[in-house]
Amino acid sequence: MRLNFTVNGRPQEADDVWEGESLLYVLRERLGLPGSKNACEQGECGSCTVRLDGVPVCSCLVAAGQAEGREVVTVEGLADFARQRAEGCGTGACGTSLQKARRWEARGTDSQTGEGTDLAPVQQAFLDAGAVQCGFCTPGLLVAADEMLERNPNPTDADIREALSGNLCRCTGYEKIMDAVRLAAARQSEGV
Amino acid sequence: MPTNGVPTKITQGSGTKGGIGESTLRPDGTLKVTGEFAYSSDMWHEDMLWGQILRSTVAHAEIVSIDTSKALATPGVYAVMTYDDLPTDVKNYGLEIQDTPVLAHGKVRHHGEPVAIVAADHPETARRAAARIRVEYRDLPVVTDEASALAPDAVLVHEARDDHHIGHVPHPNVVHRQPIVRGDVEAARRRADVIVEGEYTFGMQDQAFLGPESGLAVPEEDGGVHLYIATQWLHSDLRQMAPVLGLPEDKVRMTLAGVGGAFGGREDLSMQIHACLLALRTGKPVKIVYNRFESFFGHVHRHPAKLYYEHGATREGKLTHVKCRIVLDGGAYASASPAVVGNASSLGIGPYVVDDVEIEALALYTNNPPCGAMRGFGAVQACFAYEAQMDKLAERLGMDPVELRQLNAMEQGALMPTGQPVDSPAPVAELLRRVKAMPMPPERQWESSEGADVRQLPGGLSNTTHGEGVVRGVGYAVGIKNVGFSEGFDDYSTARVRMEVAGGEPVATVHTAMAEVGQGGVTVHAQIARTELGVTQVTIHPADTRVGSAGSTSASRQTYVTGGAVRNACELVREKVLELGRRRFGSYHPAWATAELLLEGGKVVTDGGEVLADLADVLGDEAVEVEEEWRHRPTEPFDLRTGQGNGHVQYSFAAHRAVVEVDTELGLVKVIELACAQDVGKALNPLSVIGQIQGGTTQGLGVAVMEEIVVDPKTAKVRNPSFTDYLIPTILDTPTIPVDVLELADDHAPYGLRGVGEAPTLSSTPAVLAAIRNATGLELNRTPVRPEHLTGTG
Amino acid sequence: MDFLRPASWEEALAAKAEHPTAVPIAGGTDVMVEINFDHRRPEYLMDLNRIGDLDAWEVGEESVRLGASVPYARIMEHLRAELPGLALASHTVASPQIRNRGGVGGNLGTASPAGDAHPALLAAGAEVEVESVRGARRIPIDAFYTGVKRNALAPDELIRAIHIKKADGPQQYSKVGTRNAMVIAVCAFGLALHPGTRTVRTGIGSAAPTPIRARAAEEFLDAALEEGGLWDNGKTIPPSVAKRFAELCAAACNPIDDVRGTAAYRRHAVGVMARRTLTWTWESYRGAHRITEGAA
Repeated sequence: MRLNFTVNGRPQEADDVWEGESLLYVLRERLGLPGSKNACEQGECGSCTVRLDGVPVCSCLVAAGQAEGREVVTVEGLADFARQRAEGCGTGACGTSLQKARRWEARGTDSQTGEGTDLAPVQQAFLDAGAVQCGFCTPGLLVAADEMLERNPNPTDADIREALSGNLCRCTGYEKIMDAVRLAAARQSEGV
Repeated sequence: MPTNGVPTKITQGSGTKGGIGESTLRPDGTLKVTGEFAYSSDMWHEDMLWGQILRSTVAHAEIVSIDTSKALATPGVYAVMTYDDLPTDVKNYGLEIQDTPVLAHGKVRHHGEPVAIVAADHPETARRAAARIRVEYRDLPVVTDEASALAPDAVLVHEARDDHHIGHVPHPNVVHRQPIVRGDVEAARRRADVIVEGEYTFGMQDQAFLGPESGLAVPEEDGGVHLYIATQWLHSDLRQMAPVLGLPEDKVRMTLAGVGGAFGGREDLSMQIHACLLALRTGKPVKIVYNRFESFFGHVHRHPAKLYYEHGATREGKLTHVKCRIVLDGGAYASASPAVVGNASSLGIGPYVVDDVEIEALALYTNNPPCGAMRGFGAVQACFAYEAQMDKLAERLGMDPVELRQLNAMEQGALMPTGQPVDSPAPVAELLRRVKAMPMPPERQWESSEGADVRQLPGGLSNTTHGEGVVRGVGYAVGIKNVGFSEGFDDYSTARVRMEVAGGEPVATVHTAMAEVGQGGVTVHAQIARTELGVTQVTIHPADTRVGSAGSTSASRQTYVTGGAVRNACELVREKVLELGRRRFGSYHPAWATAELLLEGGKVVTDGGEVLADLADVLGDEAVEVEEEWRHRPTEPFDLRTGQGNGHVQYSFAAHRAVVEVDTELGLVKVIELACAQDVGKALNPLSVIGQIQGGTTQGLGVAVMEEIVVDPKTAKVRNPSFTDYLIPTILDTPTIPVDVLELADDHAPYGLRGVGEAPTLSSTPAVLAAIRNATGLELNRTPVRPEHLTGTG
Repeated sequence: MDFLRPASWEEALAAKAEHPTAVPIAGGTDVMVEINFDHRRPEYLMDLNRIGDLDAWEVGEESVRLGASVPYARIMEHLRAELPGLALASHTVASPQIRNRGGVGGNLGTASPAGDAHPALLAAGAEVEVESVRGARRIPIDAFYTGVKRNALAPDELIRAIHIKKADGPQQYSKVGTRNAMVIAVCAFGLALHPGTRTVRTGIGSAAPTPIRARAAEEFLDAALEEGGLWDNGKTIPPSVAKRFAELCAAACNPIDDVRGTAAYRRHAVGVMARRTLTWTWESYRGAHRITEGAA
């Protein structure tokens, strides 16, 4: 079947989609967006978390056909999404700002390390706090954590743990992830 | 500024930013947070096919027939291969013993063994085709434990063994057996005032890395193949793959793809050979990605174990003797079992001084899932048991369990049961002191003005208690782990370091085959290069087989061994750069010939701080490059009868204090805090070190209260191969983990460092168990402990 | 496999009549797991996400009409006062991501004994509104579960909504799992006090081939409360009564040993949860009772 939906603000089309494919598979294998991860494909790890019409969901449990006409935000679009939120735009509504286009040109990116890339505050906080080891759980955690901070800018530790209880991490023991989310929340409230 | 006219002496690296000792950030971090980092399952190629493996549905059976005709006739299928299609006479592989069939031949020995492989144009096509392969099995009796494996009429798991262990094992269903005998246990037992005995069970743990086994094999024009793969050791894979593929090693090229965690589970091959076989057969790139179900069958697990211990002590608490027997279930294939036996035996009594010891450790061949490497192997199982024994002993003696441990704690200079002296700091008593001295978490943190916060209570969101039945307990444990490959293994690593000018600045490139699996080796390599070469810009070259072996990312060894190799190569590069400088500029300043010269801040300086030249000028258009192997001190095998020998190169120590709250009526556990103190010798990257300790601690917590692969004892089939029923801790199960890092240098190791990754996985489990015992008063001789064990409803 | 995308409820019914083997998919949290792991290859998948009515709810006089696809997260957030037991149960479902997609209709369609909503529905009292091209009917929740993963739906029927009695008294829900979040029930227990009718209803999950009520326990407790005049005098429930209630709840179970827990543990845990939830609900009832008394 054919599928049309919006991913990270851009219209996308996929052809010859097998009806049993998940949204995750379409993102990863058909649209070249492998950032959402395929760790369990049974809704038990959160690594594939994306926002479907704004709501965090496991993309492995969304049948591809169910995404028809919907808006999806993945980790690849998180920085833009956070920037547009900060600038007061809705999902994908503002396009690329002139300011961003200039920044892009001025700084460039390092293809090996990605240095110079624009990051969402929560992405920067994960780096700074040492919350990334193997990184396989990271994309899902980032999408979930970013959404929680949007809803609840001043979370308690128990709030953070509850909001992230659907995201397994096997490397870090979660302590640095807690640090990262606390850091992102603190920076957010300080307006940094 | 110089004082009294004497210049301040500086040493190499002390003035370079981002060098060792700093918490520099991961070079791959940005790519990982943006989703651009390419993991092995993310690989994609034009026209690629998808591989699928058909696995046995039974644990032990003869294969009567395999009919692939319907699979081959499925539209979209490009190849179906079975044992008969293997291209050479080499049809088995294995880390030490080549006993594992690439595809089953004649029989299957465990549930989930690969029988056939399929390549098709879509994963669903490949799955459908695999499902159309008809395999007829004739069931054989299953061997599942020591009694069934060693019975006189036991079915042999491997009927014709010719490996180098067969000569010394008591039965062909024993992979390897290692006794260690020291002193006179019979005599020592007579001196004991108190003797405690125990029988312990350690469940089968899974590494449960999140990135599934996966990779992409691309056929090359010269008849070779290029494999992009997540592994722990590229060259070990290569050595096992090439003969099966019938290719010389230089035609099997391997590049490390992003690795989503490993923890030992990627030390053995999984889909590597299968993907390459299909790529070579079809002439097309082939991608294989396991799903989670398959991942539980696709890699080895932690050995489950039965452990029998006898500890004796004097009235004052001095250990008189330890006698123990550790039976590890290796499952159907050998994998790392011999090394696991070596660790379990040599580390079997823990970090304690005991003169009279009898240890026996062995690994069985059974029809259970194959077991092999997992973080802390051998030492983890033993630590669970000997620490339970220490608590039992303390209780019998009426002593404080920490004091009893401190009284018997080893120090530098102590002798291991193998007779090997511990020749670097062994701050066992100090680690216990530190972990005990940490402030206790406040009581009843779940109480709030709005009632009980269930998120902080046992049962969590499931709303099972508002405080009823909740009892707090505290427990301690300490452990000892070897670092690096032991028992005479030639454990080396290779590093290639290049220095040149790019964009007007000196840049160092570090190229190794080290598998970055998340541990942060790439971060540390860049730090070492900055320290040793005085540059700020370091490029980490992707790991591949175009450079020599880096050994395995396991055994807590990479910072030590590949870190050591990088430092060594950097030192050689530095010498060459200085040589170049002397040739070019030596005549301009006498210090080139007379002073000790350093590379700092992109310049050549004297140890007095005088700048002689810019590195960019010294290098000019030249690139300086060195590739060198580096080895740690050699070790020797353990004597097969007495277990004596200098088998290990370094030891690593950690201690934990666990604070738990147990709902004693429902048998649910909430770990409140899991404090750790560990000696790391030298923290090259403190942030990474703490991350390793917290991660290892949490894996130990998992196997204490929830993680276990359940195998049906009648059929040897796995009953819970999913993340629905194999549970690993969530963020709500994981407590705060305060870490106290001690840095006592090991003078034999690069920078004095000590391997970090495994030790925290050892003592975490027994500390949690001790805390649960403390809360409940129950004996608890198995891990993981489940609600039925805490409520007498097992 | 064909993917059906009915745009309206009527289209969905027509499609289901034409293809009775079509598997409805809403949140996908059960169906997609089965597809991803090759446990199920339905001929037709029928997406219900496009039918707006299914994720809406109406609060009526007596009951709440809950659309089959209302995600658990919304129940937690918006229906805590009307459906406290179900809101608590919803909070124990899997993970935040799953709670954002899954709904009670899926729990009922799958009819797994481990479904988290069932004990709460049994305790509150509910009817399942199902429909086919042949017509609509309401199935009382007590008659809905017919076997392990079997329910009273005819092959051409779809679940449209659940009518759940609004709470007229305190309700509680507890679930035992071997992890503190994201866990399938080893067993679960729901309890609702109905002061209006002076009755108590229970629901037990994962401790029998289907979700069940502990009817003997309910009858015992109804009688004991009546006899002691407790509904009126608001006194504490005597420990012996709570103990007997717990025993009868445990006795109602017919559990099995499996990888998630032993039968003996399930029976034991149901008893503990029964006693605790009775204490919590009764204390809450007494508290409200005292406030009412004080105001009078």
